[in-house]
Amino acid sequence: MRHDHLITSKQLSRADIEAILDHAAEIDADPSAVADRHADKLLGLLFFEPSTRTKMSFETAMKRLGGDVVDMGSVESSSVKKGETLADTVRVIEGYTDALVLRHPKQGAAAMASEFVDVPLLNAGDGAGHHPTQTMLDLYTIRENAGLDDLTIGIMGDLKYGRTVHSLAYALSNFDARQHFVSPESLQLPREVVYDLHQQEGAQVREHESIDDVLPSLDVLYVTRIQRERFPDENEYQKVAGEYQIDMDTLDAASDDLTVMHPLPRVDEIAPDVDETDHAAYFEQAHNGVPVRMALLDRLLSEGGDGDE
Amino acid sequence: MSDDHDHHDGTDDHELRVSKIRNGTVIDHVRGGQALNVLAILGIDGSEGEEVSVGMNVPSDRLARKDIVKVEGRELSQDEVDVLSLIAPDATINIVRDYEVIEKHRVERPDVVTGVLSCPNPSCITTAGEPVTSRFEVLDDAVRCSYCETIVREEIASLIDT
Ligand SMILES: [Zn+2]
Repeated sequence: MRHDHLITSKQLSRADIEAILDHAAEIDADPSAVADRHADKLLGLLFFEPSTRTKMSFETAMKRLGGDVVDMGSVESSSVKKGETLADTVRVIEGYTDALVLRHPKQGAAAMASEFVDVPLLNAGDGAGHHPTQTMLDLYTIRENAGLDDLTIGIMGDLKYGRTVHSLAYALSNFDARQHFVSPESLQLPREVVYDLHQQEGAQVREHESIDDVLPSLDVLYVTRIQRERFPDENEYQKVAGEYQIDMDTLDAASDDLTVMHPLPRVDEIAPDVDETDHAAYFEQAHNGVPVRMALLDRLLSEGGDGDE
Repeated sequence: MSDDHDHHDGTDDHELRVSKIRNGTVIDHVRGGQALNVLAILGIDGSEGEEVSVGMNVPSDRLARKDIVKVEGRELSQDEVDVLSLIAPDATINIVRDYEVIEKHRVERPDVVTGVLSCPNPSCITTAGEPVTSRFEVLDDAVRCSYCETIVREEIASLIDT
């Protein structure tokens, strides 16, 4: 695989991650320095499932680098509807563009697509698989708020289907991070993710069913949504849902420095009264998507296929 | 390399249970009960008119019970032999020409198997009609889809793409 695709957070070393985060911080501090850097470049946006936010974040990042985007539009209006394969779609669109961003409902879609193209391809989510650019903005936010070393982080909610969670856990295993996973039993981390994390040197992973077990010790609490539709029975959902909601009362037990994160959109897992406190970092987290994606795009578009990592 | 003593056709009573072949492959020391999976992994179902003999649960010195598969008129490639290792890790492969064993090897676990197994994950891109060949990394005790990363430990034989 060409090393200038970004398919999974697993492919990133600690040095890669730090270089990207440092670059994002530079861009954040002085966006004008890169404002024309990719003025002649086009980014292809291939979103096979809707994601307004991720798509707009990439679009903004590319335009802030002076470049432009082309967008295949909704799946309903595209040739995909006529049965074209993903392999064909990416081979056609790569001829128009300098890099591709792919969001696809099938797991492994980005890995497969990257085998068919020569331009850099960024995975913007492949089913329950990976979402590495989300992970990079999560790491950026964590680093800004709590630092990435000697970190105690709780990751709570739907850990089974949450690709953002899996990507983040892999990336954190490069750092001195104690990872606590909090979920109902039915939504625990997939066994293969646990297997991988244990294979990783130094990954410290614990699983819990109650947030009370770990909340006081946390520097960061990363909350994800528990989706109602994952439960065959509404009663089962009601039983667990309340256990995994954060509000000001819950946070009484937390450290004053606790940073609360969420990949958004949230429904009711973080009460609005948390928004105004110093704990809340989720909107900042969303905003960080732009400088982080600028840094990633800048890196991929500047490497010109013979990158020097 | 003659770690094996029960291979001269005719000197081993158990061998008599399946017929000698003239040209082809004898796959010996298959774990008891796996012979049909061996045929499946090789894509052999008899529909091409191949002459196939199978001995199942034959007593063996090395394994308590073993299966033997003899395929007339077909010499296995190294790729096929490697893939057999997933379900028959102890197998020995004898290539026969004119009733003589002219080559004998043990199977070795490959790092990757391509185009042999199909991914059991219905959400995997390899199951979506794309022009892509399945690929699995071979782990110590399992295989893992190179695309969706699903790990399969048990029932690897059921993934054989036939
Ligand atoms: Zn798969």
